[in-house]
Amino acid sequence: MEYKFEKDYGCLMLKMPRELDHHAAEYIKEEADSLILQYPVRSLVFDFSDTQFMDSSGIGVIIGRCKNVRFSGGYVKAVNLNEQIQRVFQLSGLMKIIDVE
Amino acid sequence: MEHLKNEMKMEFLAISTNEGFARVAVGAFVAELNPTVDELADIKTAVSEAVTNCIIHGYEQKEGSVWIQCSIQGRQVEISVTDTGKGIRDIEKAREPLFTTKPELERSGMGFAFMEAFMDEVEVVSEPWKGTCVTMRKTIGEA
Ligand SMILES: Nc1ncnc2c1ncn2[C@@H]1O[C@H](COP(=O)(O)OP(=O)(O)OP(=O)(O)O)[C@@H](O)[C@H]1O
Ligand SMILES: [Mg+2]
Repeated sequence: MEYKFEKDYGCLMLKMPRELDHHAAEYIKEEADSLILQYPVRSLVFDFSDTQFMDSSGIGVIIGRCKNVRFSGGYVKAVNLNEQIQRVFQLSGLMKIIDVE
Repeated sequence: MEHLKNEMKMEFLAISTNEGFARVAVGAFVAELNPTVDELADIKTAVSEAVTNCIIHGYEQKEGSVWIQCSIQGRQVEISVTDTGKGIRDIEKAREPLFTTKPELERSGMGFAFMEAFMDEVEVVSEPWKGTCVTMRKTIGEA
């Protein structure tokens, strides 16, 4: 998974895959959790700019990582959502849980 | 527009690589109805939810097969997704938003809620240890 860590801000940016389904979710969870352990993450940004599709498996990815980052007082947001993904966020209530840009 | 009638069936192994294959195949099949981008996204999401449920819940990520039957009747698409896995004991409860039997796998209990939101009708037939069949219908080009 592509990612970027900005040391000065403690900001970890994770690039989500083209299709965030159950198949992709399994490896994303694993990689994201190992990055969260590896870096002193103060804010976690999910970047959806390459993502065309997301289903309920993506919700689990986001909520699970939120818990892990917030546990240590971190902040989470999601950026660059297309319309399909915005609808999934809205219907699932994710919009109320994390900031969306 | 002429009255369309078409049908297809497919069978594949219940493994996660086939989730993408299944939603793309169904999307390609319904393309003759010229769905909008949103309608196509709705159908693909609903298919993805139903197939993922067969793999995670029906077979609990063990061996099995998934069957999809898809038909077009005029402007209506009907899609059935079937497994012969563990089945659902309480269907009404399973369909409630946020209900999940696998929170340890970080499931959110939103699959059926999405199928209902994105399709016009969702029917669930299931019997413990026999399997589950989810039938979804949507009329294309209503708006
Ligand atoms: N094909 C199936 N076979 C057996 N049980 C199923 C099947 N589909 C759904 N279920 C049951 O219904 C429950 C609700 O399904 P739903 O798709 O709404 O949520 P989920 O799969 O648990 O979570 P999510 O879809 O958000 O990842 C599941 O937790 C499971 O107990
Ligand atoms: Mg589900």
